[in-house]
Amino acid sequence: MVSKVVESAAAAVAGIKDGATIMIGGFGLAGLPSALVGAVIDQGARDLTIVSNNAGNGDTGLAALLKTKRVRKIICSYPRQTDSYVFDALYRAGEIELEVVPQGNLVERIRAAGAGIGAFYTPTAVGTMLATGRESRTFGGREFILEYPIQADVALIKAYKGDRWGNLVYRKTARNFGPVMATAARCAVAQVEEIVELGTLDPESIVTPGIFVSRVVAA
Amino acid sequence: MTASSRWTHEQIAARIARDIPEGSYVNLGIGLPTLVANYLPADKEIFLHSENGMLGMGPAPQPGAEDPDLTDAGKQPVTLVRGGAFFHHADSFAMIRGRHIDICVLGAFQVSVAGDLANWHTGDPAAIPAVGGAMDLAVGAKQVFVMMEHVTRRGERRIVETCTYPLTGRRCVSRIYTDLAVLDVTPTGLAVRALVDGLSLEELARCTALEAYS
Repeated sequence: MVSKVVESAAAAVAGIKDGATIMIGGFGLAGLPSALVGAVIDQGARDLTIVSNNAGNGDTGLAALLKTKRVRKIICSYPRQTDSYVFDALYRAGEIELEVVPQGNLVERIRAAGAGIGAFYTPTAVGTMLATGRESRTFGGREFILEYPIQADVALIKAYKGDRWGNLVYRKTARNFGPVMATAARCAVAQVEEIVELGTLDPESIVTPGIFVSRVVAA
Repeated sequence: MTASSRWTHEQIAARIARDIPEGSYVNLGIGLPTLVANYLPADKEIFLHSENGMLGMGPAPQPGAEDPDLTDAGKQPVTLVRGGAFFHHADSFAMIRGRHIDICVLGAFQVSVAGDLANWHTGDPAAIPAVGGAMDLAVGAKQVFVMMEHVTRRGERRIVETCTYPLTGRRCVSRIYTDLAVLDVTPTGLAVRALVDGLSLEELARCTALEAYS
Protein backbone atom coordinates (compact mmCIF):
# COMPACT_ATOMS: atom_id res chain seq x y z
CA MET A 1 0.00 0.00 0.00
CA VAL A 2 1.29 3.44 -0.91
CA SER A 3 0.91 6.21 1.62
CA LYS A 4 2.60 9.57 1.25
CA VAL A 5 0.99 10.80 4.46
CA VAL A 6 3.49 11.67 7.17
CA GLU A 7 2.66 12.26 10.81
CA SER A 8 4.23 15.63 11.46
CA ALA A 9 5.52 18.75 9.77
CA ALA A 10 8.98 17.80 11.05
CA ALA A 11 8.77 14.46 9.23
CA ALA A 12 7.48 16.26 6.15
CA VAL A 13 10.63 18.41 5.84
CA ALA A 14 13.13 15.79 7.01
CA GLY A 15 16.24 15.45 4.88
CA ILE A 16 16.52 18.99 3.53
CA LYS A 17 20.23 19.54 3.01
CA ASP A 18 22.36 22.63 3.45
CA GLY A 19 22.50 24.56 0.19
CA ALA A 20 19.08 23.32 -0.94
CA THR A 21 16.72 25.28 -3.19
CA ILE A 22 13.26 25.40 -1.64
CA MET A 23 10.11 26.67 -3.34
CA ILE A 24 7.51 28.04 -0.97
CA GLY A 25 3.96 28.49 -2.26
CA GLY A 26 1.69 31.36 -1.41
CA PHE A 27 0.81 34.85 -2.52
CA GLY A 28 1.27 36.90 0.62
CA LEU A 29 -0.30 34.73 3.30
CA ALA A 30 -2.87 32.99 1.07
CA GLY A 31 -1.47 29.54 0.30
CA LEU A 32 1.63 29.96 2.46
CA PRO A 33 2.41 26.58 4.12
CA SER A 34 3.30 28.13 7.46
CA ALA A 35 3.56 24.85 9.41
CA LEU A 36 6.11 23.53 6.90
CA VAL A 37 8.10 26.76 6.96
CA GLY A 38 8.13 26.56 10.75
CA ALA A 39 9.40 23.00 10.52
CA VAL A 40 12.24 24.11 8.21
CA ILE A 41 13.25 26.67 10.84
CA ASP A 42 13.42 23.86 13.44
CA GLN A 43 15.11 21.47 11.01
CA GLY A 44 18.14 23.72 10.70
CA ALA A 45 19.26 23.49 7.05
CA ARG A 46 21.28 26.54 6.04
CA ASP A 47 22.69 28.30 3.00
CA LEU A 48 19.26 27.97 1.40
CA THR A 49 17.89 29.47 -1.80
CA ILE A 50 14.20 30.30 -1.48
CA VAL A 51 11.85 30.69 -4.45
CA SER A 52 8.61 32.42 -3.48
CA ASN A 53 6.48 35.26 -4.82
CA ASN A 54 7.09 37.48 -1.81
CA ALA A 55 9.79 37.80 0.83
CA GLY A 56 7.78 37.39 3.99
CA ASN A 57 5.26 39.36 5.98
CA GLY A 58 5.62 40.49 9.58
CA ASP A 59 7.66 38.23 11.86
CA THR A 60 6.12 34.85 11.07
CA GLY A 61 6.27 32.28 8.26
CA LEU A 62 8.82 33.09 5.57
CA ALA A 63 9.93 36.22 7.44
CA ALA A 64 10.80 34.08 10.48
CA LEU A 65 12.87 31.78 8.27
CA LEU A 66 14.74 34.75 6.79
CA LYS A 67 15.39 36.01 10.31
CA THR A 68 17.45 32.89 11.07
CA LYS A 69 19.93 34.17 8.42
CA ARG A 70 20.04 30.69 6.91
CA VAL A 71 18.74 31.92 3.57
CA ARG A 72 21.53 32.90 1.18
CA LYS A 73 19.36 33.99 -1.72
CA ILE A 74 15.73 34.65 -2.53
CA ILE A 75 14.18 34.55 -6.01
CA CYS A 76 10.87 36.41 -6.04
CA SER A 77 8.74 38.94 -7.90
CA TYR A 78 7.65 41.27 -5.15
CA PRO A 79 9.83 41.37 -2.02
CA ARG A 80 8.92 44.88 -0.89
CA GLN A 81 5.66 45.09 1.03
CA THR A 82 4.42 47.26 3.87
CA ASP A 83 5.34 44.56 6.39
CA SER A 84 8.45 43.03 4.78
CA TYR A 85 10.76 44.67 7.33
CA VAL A 86 12.69 41.47 8.08
CA PHE A 87 13.69 41.04 4.44
CA ASP A 88 14.24 44.78 3.97
CA ALA A 89 16.76 44.91 6.84
CA LEU A 90 18.67 41.84 5.61
CA TYR A 91 18.78 43.21 2.07
CA ARG A 92 20.03 46.63 3.15
CA ALA A 93 22.68 44.97 5.33
CA GLY A 94 23.84 42.92 2.34
CA GLU A 95 22.98 39.70 4.15
CA ILE A 96 20.72 38.24 1.47
CA GLU A 97 20.98 38.04 -2.29
CA LEU A 98 17.87 39.04 -4.26
CA GLU A 99 16.86 37.99 -7.77
CA VAL A 100 13.78 39.91 -8.85
CA VAL A 101 11.82 38.14 -11.59
CA PRO A 102 8.61 39.40 -13.21
CA GLN A 103 5.76 37.34 -11.78
CA GLY A 104 4.77 35.73 -15.08
CA ASN A 105 8.39 34.85 -15.87
CA LEU A 106 8.78 33.46 -12.35
CA VAL A 107 5.84 31.09 -12.63
CA GLU A 108 6.72 30.14 -16.20
CA ARG A 109 10.32 29.34 -15.19
CA ILE A 110 8.90 27.07 -12.49
CA ARG A 111 6.39 25.55 -14.93
CA ALA A 112 9.17 24.95 -17.47
CA ALA A 113 11.24 23.05 -14.91
CA GLY A 114 8.26 20.89 -14.07
CA ALA A 115 7.49 20.20 -17.72
CA GLY A 116 11.04 19.39 -18.79
CA ILE A 117 11.47 22.50 -20.95
CA GLY A 118 15.09 23.56 -21.41
CA ALA A 119 14.48 27.29 -21.78
CA PHE A 120 11.86 29.55 -23.32
CA TYR A 121 11.45 32.92 -25.00
CA THR A 122 9.17 35.44 -23.29
CA PRO A 123 8.05 38.95 -24.23
CA THR A 124 7.96 40.05 -20.59
CA ALA A 125 10.72 42.47 -19.51
CA VAL A 126 11.99 43.14 -23.06
CA GLY A 127 13.59 46.59 -23.09
CA THR A 128 13.78 46.83 -19.30
CA MET A 129 16.64 46.52 -16.83
CA LEU A 130 15.39 43.05 -15.88
CA ALA A 131 16.35 41.88 -19.38
CA THR A 132 20.00 42.81 -18.84
CA GLY A 133 22.31 40.07 -20.08
CA ARG A 134 19.48 37.99 -21.57
CA GLU A 135 19.72 36.57 -25.06
CA SER A 136 17.04 38.04 -27.30
CA ARG A 137 15.41 36.91 -30.51
CA THR A 138 12.70 38.20 -32.79
CA PHE A 139 9.76 36.03 -33.75
CA GLY A 140 7.01 37.37 -35.98
CA GLY A 141 8.42 40.88 -35.72
CA ARG A 142 8.31 40.90 -31.93
CA GLU A 143 11.29 40.75 -29.58
CA PHE A 144 11.54 38.06 -26.89
CA ILE A 145 14.16 37.22 -24.25
CA LEU A 146 15.45 33.82 -23.20
CA GLU A 147 14.65 32.62 -19.69
CA TYR A 148 15.72 29.41 -17.99
CA PRO A 149 13.79 27.02 -15.75
CA ILE A 150 13.96 27.11 -11.97
CA GLN A 151 14.21 23.64 -10.48
CA ALA A 152 14.00 23.03 -6.74
CA ASP A 153 15.08 20.31 -4.38
CA VAL A 154 11.95 20.76 -2.31
CA ALA A 155 8.61 22.52 -2.82
CA LEU A 156 6.54 23.38 0.23
CA ILE A 157 2.93 24.07 -0.69
CA LYS A 158 -0.43 24.40 0.98
CA ALA A 159 -3.56 22.66 -0.29
CA TYR A 160 -7.06 22.21 1.08
CA LYS A 161 -7.54 18.44 0.98
CA GLY A 162 -5.25 15.59 0.08
CA ASP A 163 -5.31 11.80 0.06
CA ARG A 164 -2.65 9.16 0.70
CA TRP A 165 -1.66 9.05 -2.97
CA GLY A 166 -0.90 12.76 -2.86
CA ASN A 167 -3.87 13.95 -4.92
CA LEU A 168 -4.68 17.53 -3.96
CA VAL A 169 -7.43 20.11 -4.21
CA TYR A 170 -7.02 23.72 -3.22
CA ARG A 171 -9.16 26.46 -1.75
CA LYS A 172 -9.97 29.71 -3.61
CA THR A 173 -7.01 31.99 -4.41
CA ALA A 174 -4.78 30.05 -1.99
CA ARG A 175 -4.16 27.76 -5.00
CA ASN A 176 -1.80 30.30 -6.64
CA PHE A 177 1.73 28.82 -7.01
CA GLY A 178 1.00 25.44 -5.38
CA PRO A 179 0.11 23.29 -8.40
CA VAL A 180 3.00 24.69 -10.45
CA MET A 181 5.66 24.41 -7.75
CA ALA A 182 4.59 20.83 -7.02
CA THR A 183 5.75 19.86 -10.53
CA ALA A 184 9.15 21.55 -10.32
CA ALA A 185 10.71 20.01 -7.21
CA ARG A 186 12.35 16.64 -6.65
CA CYS A 187 10.33 16.42 -3.44
CA ALA A 188 7.00 18.27 -3.18
CA VAL A 189 5.51 18.45 0.28
CA ALA A 190 1.87 19.44 0.75
CA GLN A 191 0.45 20.84 3.96
CA VAL A 192 -3.31 20.16 3.85
CA GLU A 193 -6.19 21.14 6.06
CA GLU A 194 -7.66 17.67 5.85
CA ILE A 195 -6.52 14.22 4.74
CA VAL A 196 -9.40 12.36 3.12
CA GLU A 197 -9.95 8.70 2.25
CA LEU A 198 -8.71 7.59 -1.16
CA GLY A 199 -11.56 7.90 -3.64
CA THR A 200 -13.38 10.77 -1.96
CA LEU A 201 -11.78 13.51 -4.07
CA ASP A 202 -13.72 13.90 -7.32
CA PRO A 203 -11.31 12.73 -10.08
CA GLU A 204 -12.70 15.46 -12.35
CA SER A 205 -11.75 18.09 -9.78
CA ILE A 206 -8.31 16.97 -8.63
CA VAL A 207 -5.96 19.86 -9.38
CA THR A 208 -2.63 18.26 -8.51
CA PRO A 209 -2.44 14.54 -9.32
CA GLY A 210 -0.40 12.57 -6.79
CA ILE A 211 2.48 11.88 -9.19
CA PHE A 212 3.81 15.36 -8.41
CA VAL A 213 3.62 14.98 -4.63
CA SER A 214 6.00 13.09 -2.32
CA ARG A 215 4.66 13.87 1.14
CA VAL A 216 1.35 15.02 2.60
CA VAL A 217 0.82 16.25 6.13
CA ALA A 218 -2.24 17.60 7.91
CA ALA A 219 -1.47 20.84 9.71
CA MET B 1 -5.57 76.53 -13.57
CA THR B 2 -7.98 76.27 -10.68
CA ALA B 3 -8.60 73.27 -8.49
CA SER B 4 -12.06 72.92 -9.96
CA SER B 5 -10.65 72.36 -13.43
CA ARG B 6 -9.42 68.86 -12.66
CA TRP B 7 -11.20 65.57 -12.64
CA THR B 8 -11.16 63.78 -9.30
CA HIS B 9 -9.83 60.24 -9.07
CA GLU B 10 -13.43 59.09 -8.86
CA GLN B 11 -14.33 60.98 -12.04
CA ILE B 12 -11.35 59.46 -13.87
CA ALA B 13 -12.35 56.00 -12.67
CA ALA B 14 -15.95 56.53 -13.80
CA ARG B 15 -14.74 57.68 -17.23
CA ILE B 16 -12.57 54.57 -17.64
CA ALA B 17 -15.44 52.34 -16.48
CA ARG B 18 -17.72 53.89 -19.13
CA ASP B 19 -15.17 53.05 -21.84
CA ILE B 20 -15.02 49.32 -20.99
CA PRO B 21 -17.38 47.31 -23.22
CA GLU B 22 -19.58 44.55 -21.87
CA GLY B 23 -17.94 41.13 -22.05
CA SER B 24 -14.41 42.49 -21.59
CA TYR B 25 -11.84 40.60 -19.53
CA VAL B 26 -10.20 43.31 -17.45
CA ASN B 27 -7.29 43.47 -15.03
CA LEU B 28 -7.16 46.46 -12.68
CA GLY B 29 -3.69 47.23 -11.32
CA ILE B 30 -2.93 47.97 -7.70
CA GLY B 31 -3.45 51.56 -6.54
CA LEU B 32 -5.62 54.10 -8.38
CA PRO B 33 -6.97 51.62 -10.98
CA THR B 34 -8.78 49.59 -8.30
CA LEU B 35 -11.22 52.54 -8.07
CA VAL B 36 -12.54 51.65 -11.54
CA ALA B 37 -14.29 48.60 -10.09
CA ASN B 38 -16.60 50.90 -8.11
CA TYR B 39 -17.94 52.45 -11.33
CA LEU B 40 -18.56 49.42 -13.54
CA PRO B 41 -22.26 49.60 -14.38
CA ALA B 42 -24.34 46.86 -12.74
CA ASP B 43 -26.20 46.18 -15.99
CA LYS B 44 -23.02 45.29 -17.91
CA GLU B 45 -21.24 41.96 -17.38
CA ILE B 46 -17.50 42.65 -17.22
CA PHE B 47 -15.04 39.99 -16.03
CA LEU B 48 -12.44 41.19 -13.55
CA HIS B 49 -9.21 39.17 -13.59
CA SER B 50 -6.93 39.11 -10.58
CA GLU B 51 -3.47 37.76 -11.38
CA ASN B 52 -3.18 35.73 -8.20
CA GLY B 53 -5.73 33.38 -9.78
CA MET B 54 -9.32 34.50 -10.22
CA LEU B 55 -11.79 35.59 -12.89
CA GLY B 56 -15.00 37.20 -11.72
CA MET B 57 -13.55 39.15 -8.84
CA GLY B 58 -16.26 40.86 -6.80
CA PRO B 59 -16.25 43.72 -4.30
CA ALA B 60 -14.77 43.67 -0.79
CA PRO B 61 -16.71 41.44 1.62
CA GLN B 62 -18.87 42.69 4.46
CA PRO B 63 -16.89 43.23 7.67
CA GLY B 64 -16.54 39.89 9.41
CA ALA B 65 -16.97 37.90 6.17
CA GLU B 66 -13.30 38.19 5.06
CA ASP B 67 -11.69 34.91 3.93
CA PRO B 68 -7.86 34.75 4.12
CA ASP B 69 -7.92 32.32 1.16
CA LEU B 70 -9.77 34.84 -1.05
CA THR B 71 -7.68 37.91 -1.77
CA ASP B 72 -6.88 40.20 -4.68
CA ALA B 73 -3.51 41.03 -6.23
CA GLY B 74 -2.98 43.61 -3.48
CA LYS B 75 -3.59 40.85 -0.91
CA GLN B 76 -6.80 42.51 0.29
CA PRO B 77 -9.93 40.43 1.00
CA VAL B 78 -12.38 40.27 -1.91
CA THR B 79 -15.34 38.17 -3.06
CA LEU B 80 -16.05 36.03 -6.11
CA VAL B 81 -19.10 36.75 -8.26
CA ARG B 82 -21.51 34.00 -9.31
CA GLY B 83 -19.90 32.19 -12.25
CA GLY B 84 -16.39 33.17 -11.18
CA ALA B 85 -13.44 30.78 -11.37
CA PHE B 86 -10.17 30.05 -9.59
CA PHE B 87 -6.98 28.80 -11.29
CA HIS B 88 -3.28 28.54 -10.62
CA HIS B 89 -0.64 31.12 -11.36
CA ALA B 90 0.64 29.63 -14.63
CA ASP B 91 -2.88 29.69 -16.08
CA SER B 92 -3.38 33.19 -14.74
CA PHE B 93 -0.27 34.48 -16.49
CA ALA B 94 -1.13 32.54 -19.65
CA MET B 95 -4.29 34.67 -19.69
CA ILE B 96 -2.11 37.76 -19.44
CA ARG B 97 0.84 36.88 -21.69
CA GLY B 98 -1.27 34.90 -24.14
CA ARG B 99 -3.20 38.09 -24.96
CA HIS B 100 -6.51 36.95 -23.52
CA ILE B 101 -6.97 40.00 -21.28
CA ASP B 102 -8.76 42.73 -23.23
CA ILE B 103 -7.94 45.72 -21.06
CA CYS B 104 -5.49 46.30 -18.25
CA VAL B 105 -5.61 49.54 -16.28
CA LEU B 106 -2.29 50.43 -14.66
CA GLY B 107 -0.92 53.29 -12.60
CA ALA B 108 2.27 54.96 -13.82
CA PHE B 109 5.14 57.23 -12.88
CA GLN B 110 5.73 58.19 -16.51
CA VAL B 111 4.42 57.42 -19.98
CA SER B 112 6.27 58.43 -23.13
CA VAL B 113 4.61 59.77 -26.26
CA ALA B 114 5.47 56.45 -27.92
CA GLY B 115 3.58 54.57 -25.22
CA ASP B 116 6.56 53.40 -23.15
CA LEU B 117 5.50 52.74 -19.56
CA ALA B 118 7.46 53.32 -16.35
CA ASN B 119 5.57 52.23 -13.28
CA TRP B 120 7.63 49.79 -11.22
CA HIS B 121 10.79 51.53 -10.05
CA THR B 122 11.79 55.13 -9.41
CA GLY B 123 15.38 54.41 -10.33
CA ASP B 124 16.50 55.23 -6.77
CA PRO B 125 19.48 52.89 -6.28
CA ALA B 126 18.60 52.51 -2.60
CA ALA B 127 15.09 51.28 -3.35
CA ILE B 128 14.37 47.57 -3.05
CA PRO B 129 13.25 46.44 -6.52
CA ALA B 130 9.81 44.76 -6.69
CA VAL B 131 8.04 44.22 -9.99
CA GLY B 132 5.18 41.76 -9.45
CA GLY B 133 3.06 41.25 -12.57
CA ALA B 134 3.49 44.76 -14.01
CA MET B 135 5.83 43.77 -16.86
CA ASP B 136 3.62 40.84 -17.86
CA LEU B 137 0.50 43.00 -17.90
CA ALA B 138 2.28 45.72 -19.89
CA VAL B 139 3.23 43.40 -22.75
CA GLY B 140 0.35 40.95 -22.51
CA ALA B 141 -2.92 42.85 -22.32
CA LYS B 142 -4.53 43.71 -25.67
CA GLN B 143 -4.97 47.30 -24.49
CA VAL B 144 -3.15 49.01 -21.63
CA PHE B 145 -4.89 52.02 -20.14
CA VAL B 146 -2.88 54.20 -17.77
CA MET B 147 -4.64 56.03 -14.94
CA MET B 148 -2.54 58.69 -13.24
CA GLU B 149 -2.17 62.32 -12.19
CA HIS B 150 -1.16 64.43 -15.16
CA VAL B 151 1.87 65.94 -13.37
CA THR B 152 3.82 65.09 -10.22
CA ARG B 153 3.23 66.87 -6.92
CA ARG B 154 6.14 69.10 -7.82
CA GLY B 155 4.53 69.94 -11.15
CA GLU B 156 6.84 67.84 -13.30
CA ARG B 157 5.50 66.22 -16.44
CA ARG B 158 4.61 62.56 -16.32
CA ILE B 159 3.79 62.40 -20.01
CA VAL B 160 7.27 62.78 -21.45
CA GLU B 161 9.24 62.45 -24.65
CA THR B 162 11.41 59.72 -23.14
CA CYS B 163 10.91 58.04 -19.79
CA THR B 164 13.68 58.81 -17.30
CA TYR B 165 12.46 56.16 -14.85
CA PRO B 166 13.26 52.50 -15.55
CA LEU B 167 10.85 51.03 -18.09
CA THR B 168 8.15 48.47 -17.36
CA GLY B 169 7.43 47.91 -21.04
CA ARG B 170 8.12 49.46 -24.43
CA ARG B 171 5.36 50.92 -26.62
CA CYS B 172 2.66 49.16 -24.66
CA VAL B 173 0.27 51.93 -23.54
CA SER B 174 -2.84 52.51 -25.66
CA ARG B 175 -4.56 55.30 -23.75
CA ILE B 176 -3.81 57.66 -20.85
CA TYR B 177 -6.47 58.90 -18.43
CA THR B 178 -5.41 61.76 -16.16
CA ASP B 179 -7.06 64.45 -14.07
CA LEU B 180 -6.74 66.81 -17.05
CA ALA B 181 -7.25 64.79 -20.22
CA VAL B 182 -7.76 61.53 -22.02
CA LEU B 183 -5.06 60.87 -24.60
CA ASP B 184 -4.68 58.10 -27.15
CA VAL B 185 -1.23 56.87 -28.08
CA THR B 186 -1.06 56.86 -31.88
CA PRO B 187 1.78 56.28 -34.35
CA THR B 188 2.00 60.05 -34.89
CA GLY B 189 1.98 61.07 -31.22
CA LEU B 190 -0.71 61.60 -28.65
CA ALA B 191 -4.26 62.39 -29.71
CA VAL B 192 -6.48 64.29 -27.31
CA ARG B 193 -9.81 62.52 -26.83
CA ALA B 194 -11.13 64.60 -23.95
CA LEU B 195 -10.08 67.65 -21.98
CA VAL B 196 -11.25 68.82 -18.60
CA ASP B 197 -13.66 71.78 -18.85
CA GLY B 198 -11.93 75.13 -19.24
CA LEU B 199 -8.50 73.74 -20.16
CA SER B 200 -7.10 74.80 -23.52
CA LEU B 201 -4.85 72.68 -25.71
CA GLU B 202 -2.09 75.25 -25.14
CA GLU B 203 -2.42 74.86 -21.39
CA LEU B 204 -2.34 71.07 -21.78
CA ALA B 205 0.79 71.33 -23.91
CA ARG B 206 2.56 73.22 -21.13
CA CYS B 207 2.40 70.15 -18.88
CA THR B 208 2.62 67.42 -21.52
CA ALA B 209 5.31 66.35 -23.97
CA LEU B 210 5.01 68.50 -27.09
CA GLU B 211 3.84 65.75 -29.39
CA ALA B 212 0.66 65.65 -27.33
CA TYR B 213 -1.38 67.58 -29.83
CA SER B 214 0.51 66.87 -33.02
